[in-house]
Amino acid sequence: MKPILIRGGHLIDPATGIDAPHDILLEDGKVAAIDKPGKIKRKDAEILDASGLVVAPGLVDIHVHLREPGQGYKETIASGTAAAAAGGFTSVCCMPNTIPVNDSPEITRWMLAPERNAVIRVFPISAATVGSMGEKLTNYPALKKSGAVGVSDDGKPILGDEIMFECLKAATRYRLPVIQHTEDTRLTAGCSMNAGPVAFRLGLRGMTVESESSLAERDIALVRKVKGAHLHVAHLSSKKALDAVNAARNEGLHVTCEVAPHHFVLNEERIGDYDTNAKMNPPLRAESDRAAMIEGILQGRVDCIATDHAPHACHEKEQEFERAPNGITGLETALGLTISVLHKQHGMPLPSLLAMLTHRPAQVLSLTGRGTLAVGSHADVVLFDPNEKWTFRAKDSRSKSKNTPFDGYPMLGRVHTTISEGRIVFQR
Amino acid sequence: MVPIKKSPARSTRASAQPQLHPGSLVSVRELTPQRTRAILQLADKLEAEETLKRARRLLKRRVALLFYESSTRTRTSFELAAKSMSADTTLVSALSSSIEKGESLKDTGITLRALGAECIILRSPYSGAPYLLAQSTGLPVLNAGDGMHEHPSQALLDLRTMLRFLGIKSAKLNEKSLKGVTVTICGDIFHSRVARSNALLLPKLGARVVLCGPTPLLPDLATTLGPGVSIERNFDSSLKQSQIVMMLRIQAERLAGLSLDLDEYRSNYQANGERIAAHAPKALVMHPGPIIRGMEITSEVADGPQSAIAEQVSHGLAIRRALLLQALSPQPISGKRA
Repeated sequence: MKPILIRGGHLIDPATGIDAPHDILLEDGKVAAIDKPGKIKRKDAEILDASGLVVAPGLVDIHVHLREPGQGYKETIASGTAAAAAGGFTSVCCMPNTIPVNDSPEITRWMLAPERNAVIRVFPISAATVGSMGEKLTNYPALKKSGAVGVSDDGKPILGDEIMFECLKAATRYRLPVIQHTEDTRLTAGCSMNAGPVAFRLGLRGMTVESESSLAERDIALVRKVKGAHLHVAHLSSKKALDAVNAARNEGLHVTCEVAPHHFVLNEERIGDYDTNAKMNPPLRAESDRAAMIEGILQGRVDCIATDHAPHACHEKEQEFERAPNGITGLETALGLTISVLHKQHGMPLPSLLAMLTHRPAQVLSLTGRGTLAVGSHADVVLFDPNEKWTFRAKDSRSKSKNTPFDGYPMLGRVHTTISEGRIVFQR
Repeated sequence: MVPIKKSPARSTRASAQPQLHPGSLVSVRELTPQRTRAILQLADKLEAEETLKRARRLLKRRVALLFYESSTRTRTSFELAAKSMSADTTLVSALSSSIEKGESLKDTGITLRALGAECIILRSPYSGAPYLLAQSTGLPVLNAGDGMHEHPSQALLDLRTMLRFLGIKSAKLNEKSLKGVTVTICGDIFHSRVARSNALLLPKLGARVVLCGPTPLLPDLATTLGPGVSIERNFDSSLKQSQIVMMLRIQAERLAGLSLDLDEYRSNYQANGERIAAHAPKALVMHPGPIIRGMEITSEVADGPQSAIAEQVSHGLAIRRALLLQALSPQPISGKRA
């Protein structure tokens, strides 16, 4: 593999605090050198001209659904990672709600096999309980050995106090974070959107924010009892749950959380006349909760941004609202939305914003050598123009699925090149 | 606190949601006082029209009735309304069709269109289903009740019943016509599409709507439906304020685990002879049906002189004729022409 020398760009690496014009040399899949413009000389290197572009660590998304094995009609590991590369991501962590559920080292290894043709690095998150049934723990040491970076029953949250306690204890012993979709599903049966005036008018049963915060609070109470436990709250969507997470943090507990772009860009009104592309779980919330997500991010109370990329086939979304599956795609819209809303509208500096998409998510799941451009780390790099305005078109997506509420949406900041471990995997 | 700049969540409605066929009626939100007046005037005109002349109105036009839920009044009156204008009707119901085999609403709609349907009347247990059907077929879709969402033709026939009682002519209908009129809607508001459609439509014409019922069936946020809608938990005091009272059935099929003390419910919210005589001796008593005698209403009241229940059903025929004729007309019918 030829070395790559990226010249003339503005390098931002939040992990090391670099925010200046710098050149960078990638060699043997690693970052080999970083220096002032023009300082690095390599005759044999492929030169990438990055003038006018930001050079940043490849983005890290710790919450995606790649649908393989079992639902290749929605997405494959190949198509999902191609979409990720187009969105500037070089590391994605995929949830275990595949068919069968990824609850064994065999399935985890199958996902990681070269035959899957992943174009960027995939890190599986294994099921916390067998079949995600919430009854019996999976084999954490074996899963970790096969490549799992965390355990979660994602869409089927662990409700039982006893089993959640056991899960936290076992995960802590093997230094795995427990990722919980905090929804008390006993309170949300038959619900398809956020509870409130919009749900009432549309005649849809609503999920309260308490159904999210109460399970987060229960989990935090259990974390208190397990020394060293790490709980990560997935796709947090309400002020109430965010306050609970931050109270836990102030107590000194290791509790982290992520927020998805759609939860800080859209509110429940986007459902309009039952648009199933605005249906996901947790649902789009009230405007006050959306504002609380932005405020939380700006104040540093949110650890990272994760997309919850959840592809579904067209025919599945073309159903009655209550019957349509939850979820939207997100890998190709995350950067453009984040820059446009957090940076442009709310003045969040690019380095802080990039931290939430690079080394902070990498830190949450201990992905060593990812999310940073420090010399010696993996040569995962994204080149993007932070000022380019463009319009996202679902039909141009690399994902197999087109279920997004952002079709035709204005974006700010566009990916030009994505490099994974020294290979160019996307170029526009 | 970091000052949060206002950045209203943009709601770009991209290609995802195309316009409905103008002959559709899915929600009363589509009804202006003008369009409401036009429908009522057309209903009057068709009712007064000579039978044979009326019978030529929709000669051999094809109307499909797609019913995923049971229905007596709505289905029969749509069907009779279509037949009185000589349209051909087909009834497709969930249990006797390929819907049982898992055919989707979209495919069922496309199939009906391919068979020549020019208009589909849909009843569905799912809120919002008519939008999906209208978008997938491009046909005019008349909402005959969708989940807990709306039942616009019911609200229109209820309105016609009220106007007759109040002595207001259709031609005079405007945004102030019902000023000073209070309508109580009592019962299972949460699960009721009839309540939603009425509570959204009546205030557009100047009426005040008082919703009445216990909290589990009537959450406080019901007042957010729109201006002119308020909540009164005491049935007696809401009756005292009202010229019209509409009773609703408890929808056992939609309660979803909610338990209710029925004896307590009867004692607080039942329309019985004693209560009506004491608090609303002159009010019009309405009910969209089906009625559960002895539960929300006693036979004494349902069959009594103040009851408009049977009359409502007849107005249903007139309203549905107008809606069908509008749906199948090349141009939306204006108030003046009717």
